Amino acid sequence: MKVADHFIEPRPAVITAARHQWTGARITGNVLMALWIIAGASLLYYLGQNVFSPFTAKYWPKYVSGFQTTITVVVISILIGAAVSLPIAMARASKYKIFSAPAYAYVYFFRGTPLLAQTFLIYYGSGTFRDALSDIGVWWFFRDAWYCIVFAFSLNTSAYQAEILRGAIQNVPKGQWEGGQALGLSKPVIFLKIILPQALMVALRPYGNEIILMLKSSAIASIVTIYDLMGETRRAYSRSFDFQAYLWAAVFYLIVVEGLRRLWDRFEHRLTRHLTR
Amino acid sequence: MNDALTLLSFGDAGWGDEIAHGVFITVTLALATLPFGLLLGLLIALAKRSSEPSLQMAANLFTTLFRGLPELLVLFLVYYGIQTGVSQLFKLLGYDAYIEINAFISGIIALCMVFSSYASEAFLSAFQGIPKGQYEGGYALGLSRFQTLRLIILPQLVRLALPALGNLWLILLKDTSLVSVIGLADLVRQSGIAARVTKDPFLFFGVACLIYLLLAMISSIGISRIENWSKRGEQAR
Repeated sequence: MKVADHFIEPRPAVITAARHQWTGARITGNVLMALWIIAGASLLYYLGQNVFSPFTAKYWPKYVSGFQTTITVVVISILIGAAVSLPIAMARASKYKIFSAPAYAYVYFFRGTPLLAQTFLIYYGSGTFRDALSDIGVWWFFRDAWYCIVFAFSLNTSAYQAEILRGAIQNVPKGQWEGGQALGLSKPVIFLKIILPQALMVALRPYGNEIILMLKSSAIASIVTIYDLMGETRRAYSRSFDFQAYLWAAVFYLIVVEGLRRLWDRFEHRLTRHLTR
Repeated sequence: MNDALTLLSFGDAGWGDEIAHGVFITVTLALATLPFGLLLGLLIALAKRSSEPSLQMAANLFTTLFRGLPELLVLFLVYYGIQTGVSQLFKLLGYDAYIEINAFISGIIALCMVFSSYASEAFLSAFQGIPKGQYEGGYALGLSRFQTLRLIILPQLVRLALPALGNLWLILLKDTSLVSVIGLADLVRQSGIAARVTKDPFLFFGVACLIYLLLAMISSIGISRIENWSKRGEQAR
């Protein structure tokens, strides 16, 4: 019995859609890119026209000093936050409820409420306890917006950093602890010399994100009368009613954030080069 | 303690009703932003996955821009930008009018931009969790590209993207506090007014923080319910 009664001729290969066809996606993409290019070019033209205008002559130095304030606030807050986050992360990972419950509440509070509300709570809220704070001699601290901002930002970022750290520490395999114990090392030494370095390696990326988030949320400082980059921008706008104030700020923030992101990527790539095969 | 309760009570003596109204504005703003943000985020994710380079680039520019700018600055750019733009347009047309843009609409637009650029990343990584065979299966059944997306990919995508989207929702809820700066009477602004009038800032801002925490808790419960619902197919096995 013959099953196949005829031979199927080989067929020509299916012609895939040529690259030059104008598909819907291609048209949309080109239109959108055209819009971006027009927007970017007109922004460049507008800002380029104004590089030597009285506005920039007057306000650029202010932007620079505002930028310095932003960087100072962010760096100090991140460093204090890092120092505070370590005990919190350890308490959070502790098996004793007495330690872990308050640490959990702390982290939950600072991650669950807006930074703006926290800042107001500390800066304006401290006024409620003015007499008590004066009595113990710390009113000068809470009276000053700059200290309050650094305080609020540090507490906020410490909660986020504690979570990053805890996740990273728990990510280190248990065998690393056991290996350390087998070598007869004490617990603190194992933690500091074996666990923490490995955990920090894992935590590099979330740390980078946290620094960028902090840099962006530091704009909130401008609301409580700090003249950071955003504060100087708002002041420039309220004096000149010139919209380029905000456009310049956008350009500065974008350069700084994008630059930091790229830099951190490189940094991370360099530090973890022994892990990539 | 009684003082605090009087201050927080509803009615003429207390600020309870004002704060409740602020909560209403905060929640409405977040809920109104959500559908637009999700839709735009999904479209951006699709654009980034497209094989068309120009579409990819346009989408990447959008996310780089709105992830690189502080939320507060985006809000100001939208609020004053639309105002300046529209009044310039009116000037060109020969009218000379002072235009004021609704703070609520500006808030929705600004938050939507930021939310969608983060949501697109969430969708993108969820897309990567869906095997290629799912698309091929759809095409083999004779479904069109759009039908495959709608009937086969999206239901799975929702499940994969939910944890990240839940986080983004919580961030959105917190970011709504920024609209108080452009004069929208949200929770933070109402508490601020109450604090200034009653001279008891700690109480009112503390209450505001606790209300945000409460909203976050309610959201977490809701999100985990939705997650369970989206996983109902898995549990049957």
